[in-house]
Amino acid sequence: MGMTITEKILAKAARRENVKAGDNLWIDVDVLMTHDVCGPPTIAIWKKEFGEKAKIWDKEKLVIFPDHYIFTKNPHANRNVDILRQFANDYDIKNYYDVGTERYKGVCHIALAEEGYDVPGTVLFGTDSHTCTSGAFGMFATGVGNTDAAFILGTGKIWEKIPESMKFTFNGKMPNYLTAKDLILQILGDIGTDGATYRAMEFDGESIFSLSMFERMTLTNMAIEAGGMNGIIAVDEATKKYLSEIGITDYKIFESDSDAKYHSTYKYDVSKIEPLVAKPHSPDNRDTVRNVQGTKLTKCYIGSCTGGKITDFRYAAGLLFGKQVKVTTFIVPASTAIAKQLEEETISGVSLKDIFEKSGCIIAESSCAACLGGPSDTIGRSVDGDVVISTTNRNFPGRMGSKKSQVYLASPLTVAASAITGKITDPREFL
Amino acid sequence: MEKKIIGKAYVLGDNIDTDQIIPAEHLVYSTSDPEELKKYGHFALSSVPIEKAGLPEGGKPFIQGDDYHSEYSIVIGGSNFGCGSSREHAPLALQVAGVKVVIAESYARIFYRNSVDGGFVIPYECQSKVNDKIRTGDVIEVDVDKNEITNHENGSVYKLNPLGDVFQIVEAGGLFEYARTTGMI
Repeated sequence: MGMTITEKILAKAARRENVKAGDNLWIDVDVLMTHDVCGPPTIAIWKKEFGEKAKIWDKEKLVIFPDHYIFTKNPHANRNVDILRQFANDYDIKNYYDVGTERYKGVCHIALAEEGYDVPGTVLFGTDSHTCTSGAFGMFATGVGNTDAAFILGTGKIWEKIPESMKFTFNGKMPNYLTAKDLILQILGDIGTDGATYRAMEFDGESIFSLSMFERMTLTNMAIEAGGMNGIIAVDEATKKYLSEIGITDYKIFESDSDAKYHSTYKYDVSKIEPLVAKPHSPDNRDTVRNVQGTKLTKCYIGSCTGGKITDFRYAAGLLFGKQVKVTTFIVPASTAIAKQLEEETISGVSLKDIFEKSGCIIAESSCAACLGGPSDTIGRSVDGDVVISTTNRNFPGRMGSKKSQVYLASPLTVAASAITGKITDPREFL
Repeated sequence: MEKKIIGKAYVLGDNIDTDQIIPAEHLVYSTSDPEELKKYGHFALSSVPIEKAGLPEGGKPFIQGDDYHSEYSIVIGGSNFGCGSSREHAPLALQVAGVKVVIAESYARIFYRNSVDGGFVIPYECQSKVNDKIRTGDVIEVDVDKNEITNHENGSVYKLNPLGDVFQIVEAGGLFEYARTTGMI
């Protein structure tokens, strides 16, 4: 019996020839990533449990990105960044990207790709549920809590249950009104927020491989929204090109065998998919934009690891060019590199940044910002009965701040179209 | 490990996500300072919509007033308990509030792992739906050896799935304790 790409990578990490779904195995970790929310408690557990002899298993393999609560006056949040800085200093952590310096990157999942930590065939664990994003690079990546991370920090190992795999194949040429966000919302509506619990979600098909790396990351990013352990997309020429441009050429490519066993398989024709939203208060509460068209909004938000990538801003700027937004609209580039790209990339000679500013958007500094609410002074945070449409990943009650707010999740095209009219709008009206 | 756990049930619905268990804005507090730790108990389950808090009637806050400890030590959920973020502060918050056991039809992976590996609460799966049979405030007895729960209000008994491979970690009190007992660290 053949193996899936996920099984092959985990077999290698478990130092075995074969693994099968359901096996509980100890596996070797290639990279451990943490950030300002979960880093300090992880460090505290590591110090407490390993005591005097606490030693980092491999300093080169630890990566720390402060990114969640950065631009806030909240003293407790700032203390967390201080703890990370002190730790990086005490233990000489090279891969620490400090706030307030040139090295500051922004949202960890995007920075991991930009800084070359996403390497095909490797195993990445992070103290963040959206660590699955990195699976777009043909690697195994998943989120864990602080105790597991502290254990990895000291040993380089962790136990993991080998997941069954689900395969999602998309065929057809992507229409100009669809983005990867619509594809993942389609899946979420079909299988629900626990439809892939403890399983791998493998994305395949010509539509997937026509997407840029950043668009692929939108799919793998939201695997967790279906409960998935990991999302994964095999390596192709686009992956190799992205990696070679940042100097990464040495890696092992794994592919699923044709006789690999899947828990289930889903096939989609992208020409049949419409622009979609997830209505309040769950990412699987799918509907077509058409059905909720006209819902009045108080805020629009384009940002986060899910929807704050350069590809998302290209989509949005294309629609907002020469138009005015009717509601408060936030542009939050996921990373500082993307923020720089907004200044450099142009449409008809106008930078994306200028397009957003001229249309009346508010551009914020790179961080997780209001995607998860955050401290009360977080930019873009929902207040009172806000009705928000957002390119982020979750619309649980209170997720973006106010428990009374209503959050719709949608593609950057749908959010931009809605910003122009002040109500939920199908992007096809402007394309 | 306690083999018999008796306490009052707090009943919730499906898809209780970690933002409802402990809202992200509170994740700034120290998890090692005993005084700050109480904040996690105080804000536990604070984002559950009030009409769904303490079923079947709802409207029953998990924590009263300024307290950080709940009168309920057994949380009964539905499917996909603990979905969402990887925050270990979620099972920690429940533990600080005095919860010992969660009983749900199914769990999201990271919450389940965190509960077990951190030794915060025991995440039991029930073999059939029970959050429509047990009422908030019912006194429940969890029998770890028999893998069953008894509702003291009416004597009803419900079966739980055995903990399986993770039993050893739960019994040891968490991943580190388990690794020490097996000589791994």
